[in-house]
Amino acid sequence: MATPASNRALPAIAVDPTNKPYFDAAREGRMLIGLCKDTGKHFWYPRGCSPFTLSNNVELVEAKGTGTVYTFSVMRTKEPYCVAYVELDEGIRVFTNIVDCDLDQVKIGQKVKVVFKPTTGDSPPATMFTPV
Amino acid sequence: MSINGKAYIVGAFEHPTRKADNQSVAQLHAEVAYGALQDAGLTKDDIDGFFCTGAAPGLGPLNMADYLGLTKLRHFDSTDVGGSSYVMHVGHAAEAISMGLCDIALVTLAGRPRAEAMATGTAPRTWGANVPDDPFEMVYGRTVANVYAMCAMRHMHEFGTTSEQLAWIKVAASHHAQWNEHAMLRKVVTVEDVVNSPMVADPLHRLDCCVISDGGGALILAKPEIARSLKRPLVKVKGHGEATKNQNAGYTDVTFSGARWSGPRAFEEAGVTPKDIQYASIYDSFTITVLMQLEDLGFCEKGQGGKFVADGNLISGVGKLPFNTDGGGLCNNHPANRGGMTKVIEAVRQLRGEAHPKVQVPGCTLALAHGTGGLLGTRHGSATVILERE
Repeated sequence: MATPASNRALPAIAVDPTNKPYFDAAREGRMLIGLCKDTGKHFWYPRGCSPFTLSNNVELVEAKGTGTVYTFSVMRTKEPYCVAYVELDEGIRVFTNIVDCDLDQVKIGQKVKVVFKPTTGDSPPATMFTPV
Repeated sequence: MSINGKAYIVGAFEHPTRKADNQSVAQLHAEVAYGALQDAGLTKDDIDGFFCTGAAPGLGPLNMADYLGLTKLRHFDSTDVGGSSYVMHVGHAAEAISMGLCDIALVTLAGRPRAEAMATGTAPRTWGANVPDDPFEMVYGRTVANVYAMCAMRHMHEFGTTSEQLAWIKVAASHHAQWNEHAMLRKVVTVEDVVNSPMVADPLHRLDCCVISDGGGALILAKPEIARSLKRPLVKVKGHGEATKNQNAGYTDVTFSGARWSGPRAFEEAGVTPKDIQYASIYDSFTITVLMQLEDLGFCEKGQGGKFVADGNLISGVGKLPFNTDGGGLCNNHPANRGGMTKVIEAVRQLRGEAHPKVQVPGCTLALAHGTGGLLGTRHGSATVILERE
């Protein structure tokens, strides 16, 4: 028995002045992640301060866009979908969806790559992942 | 400075309703406050400290203080960490009383998500505007159920925990709920019933989830001199710990909870260990919540929670650690989607010897109540209190 990922309608994303560069890059098909320049460590989710030092000495850098499933759950609603934490190759774990696959075959440790899915109206696309 | 012995729980009341079609939220607050005052043998004008959360209607404590006619207040606190708030309020009230900021504190919780037909666990919901993590989570359909489910999935992967082991937690709760005339689910269930119930969010089944209910509860805490002047059994606040846990800037680990930090703080203040606890109220939004908190509080080794809860070990009179003898959130109620209040109330019943005779722990003098509020797999509050019958 298979559970194909649904193409459920995605709500608009609440873009704010601080996270706008992340979503501008998403519109161009690029996934960015936070980098603390004080410590050299990546962080998630993107924000205007370093969660390690609280300084604003941070920048967004492009991620490779590949990783593995750290954990997941298939929501068994009328339109089934799969939430997950994906561990990026850069070492950080991001909250996301696994899409474009049989949801019954998703597994912890599975290799995935980034895809961008349209949301509502002028809202930027959502950063999601699909099996490699 | 320690709060150990500086304050007592002198009043406790759980609203009997599970579906409040005919009462507003504010009126439910009034009814639980009145019930707790009656229980304590006090009146409204004795209260000089008031504790509620953002679930109370209005601006912090202001509108409820008005509705309830609390005119003598000199201390208030509306710390909101979801369902764990009311466990935390016990600690905060004891702190305030120990510092002389108030003498008699009232804590209230009420809500009617069932009457309002709120989609509680399976529909995305958030806490208001400008929440900085929302743009990175809400679009993915983050719900209460799937965020807890992701913790269970990873726990199974790392430690070999099984659905059958999780089911034992529901089974134990149902054994207790059969004796509670107010419980929503009084039928005793089996492991097979749980694992054969419909999947909500893999690997959590419908019976791994708590009920959705209306109602509420209230507590009254007082300084020792006042507690001793009242006619109720003496229930002392012995220790309290609190913590927050989140995604740790992307280096998240969903296999443990903030109980890992709040628990030891409470045990240290109380001067006791998990082995000393005779009864435990453990937050049970889902079966996995219970399992992870039991490990993190030190009732068993990390990763051994599945073995610990199996075979009825949480059933009063059967196992080593009687838990949630009112049926808990899994079977009794989960008023306002916040289970911390009823956790404290059942611990007080056990210490007073007023739990149902079929589930009363004989000679219960030391109990623990623990809450997890918010979302286990993203960011949550954690509060532990240790209470002693004097």
